[in-house]
Amino acid sequence: MVHPAHPPDLSTTQERCYKVPDGYFGQYVTIGIFAVVGVALVFGTLSLAKLVRPNVPAKDKYTTYESGIDPIGRGWSQTNVRYYLFALLFVVFDVEAVFLFPWAVVFERLGTQAFIEMVIFIAILAFALLYAVKKKVLEWL
Amino acid sequence: MSGLIDAIGPAVIIALVKVLVTFVMLLGITLLVVWAERKIIADMQSRVGPNRWGPFGLLQTLADGIKLFFKEDFRPRTADRWTYAIAPIATMVPAFLAFAVVPFGNEVTIAGHPINFIVSDLNIGILYFLAMGSLGVYGIVLAGWASGSKYPLLGAIRSSAQLISYEIALGLSLVPIALVAHSLSTLDIVGAQAGTIRNVTFFDGIPVLEQVANIFRYVPNWYIWSQWPAFAIFLVAGIAETNRPPFDLPEAETELVQGFSTEYGGIRFAMFYLGEYIHVVVISAMAVTLFFGGWSGPGFDFLPWLWPLFWFFFKTALFVYLFVWLRATLPRLRYDRLMWLGWKRLIPAALLWIMVTAVVNTEGVSRNVRLGVFAALFLLVLAVVLRGDPRLKEAVTPQRRRTQGRLSRGAA
Repeated sequence: MVHPAHPPDLSTTQERCYKVPDGYFGQYVTIGIFAVVGVALVFGTLSLAKLVRPNVPAKDKYTTYESGIDPIGRGWSQTNVRYYLFALLFVVFDVEAVFLFPWAVVFERLGTQAFIEMVIFIAILAFALLYAVKKKVLEWL
Repeated sequence: MSGLIDAIGPAVIIALVKVLVTFVMLLGITLLVVWAERKIIADMQSRVGPNRWGPFGLLQTLADGIKLFFKEDFRPRTADRWTYAIAPIATMVPAFLAFAVVPFGNEVTIAGHPINFIVSDLNIGILYFLAMGSLGVYGIVLAGWASGSKYPLLGAIRSSAQLISYEIALGLSLVPIALVAHSLSTLDIVGAQAGTIRNVTFFDGIPVLEQVANIFRYVPNWYIWSQWPAFAIFLVAGIAETNRPPFDLPEAETELVQGFSTEYGGIRFAMFYLGEYIHVVVISAMAVTLFFGGWSGPGFDFLPWLWPLFWFFFKTALFVYLFVWLRATLPRLRYDRLMWLGWKRLIPAALLWIMVTAVVNTEGVSRNVRLGVFAALFLLVLAVVLRGDPRLKEAVTPQRRRTQGRLSRGAA
């Protein structure tokens, strides 16, 4: 049950690239069509709902919910944004993932040297994570 | 008609039809999944569940949708007008866009055109899937912030911290797949899992086991066998990405009313709801594609194009069932436990597994060594599970059960 993932294509490279369902750019065009249809569907639903739903304004409807009592203070009150350290670490590790994916795809062709380099790269970042743990940055109070 | 096709080009028609079919299918599945969840949860809680609309209550979701459609839509006075309006759209659009790279059937030829059951076979399919998952965070954060209310704001802050933490684990858990498949295209990954396991030489020369090893010829060649640690990380992180229990802290009803969507109602709320369920379907479909051979399965001569579709949806349905089962079974994690699990367990585990996969896939390492490494890891994980990590246990054990245990011990 072996199926060829990509059937052989004998057209020129440029034609292949711009062919709509399967070509390199053609695939992004398809994604674009998908996105446009999706957004149109969502907006269509919202607009249609706007036509059929009732609109009965009343003053108390427009207050925010605060367990049944009148809201105290503003909704955008000062909040302790604890996760900014997590966000910093996130940037580091997300960039790491960006480097890992291309390496993983061509791993077999690059061989041992690339592997050792990647071990060093990951080790540095793993050490950084360990440092963050020791500094108790990752404790959520 | 043929003149029209010639004018636009058959390729564009194919793309359009694919897009529309996928859309209708995705929405249909989502409506079914919402119904199935309510029915299964009801069964697990000894209730009947929806049974009024249609046979077995099948049309319940549709009825709910129509109800929400006709609901008045009012915005809190404190809300930021445009951000408040955009947030539900920003949640739903990335959720279904991620489905574009999921192959849900084998290639068929219609009127001389080879057609794959996939919207778009991007050569960076996995990265695209991860990117769309990340974009979904914006909808939740914007909704919480734009409401100008306290509970949604808290939900949004929790959500952003949770999602960025688990996103790393999710991304890193897919690197080993790229390592073994040499590709990020989902079609290639499904293709690499076709057939059955044939080259197990580990038991060669051992009298009885050699015969027993023949059984591997009937086992499908899925990545789950060699990549199960990656799968475990993917599944946990995937559930966290969808904000489903036990990781539903952004909308924890008992603490935050309805979390980020507290101030939303009517059709806008339906968008959040639908977005969440589409996300569940997409994560399930992706788990099937990357670890369980996608649409591959035994086919028959009768309607050959149908069987791949059947196997794909069957496997996906099993995963959706798992999602529902987890919701019915596990209590919500405490927030610090959630961050602990993500940063101190899943991310280091994912990094370690990338290294292990790289080592065993390096040339010069024999297959027996690989199998040995897998066996050793399996025993290690078994030992950890049997011993039980006390903190993990504490995170998921219901308070009531723990107290009961303590009381009975005290009494004894």
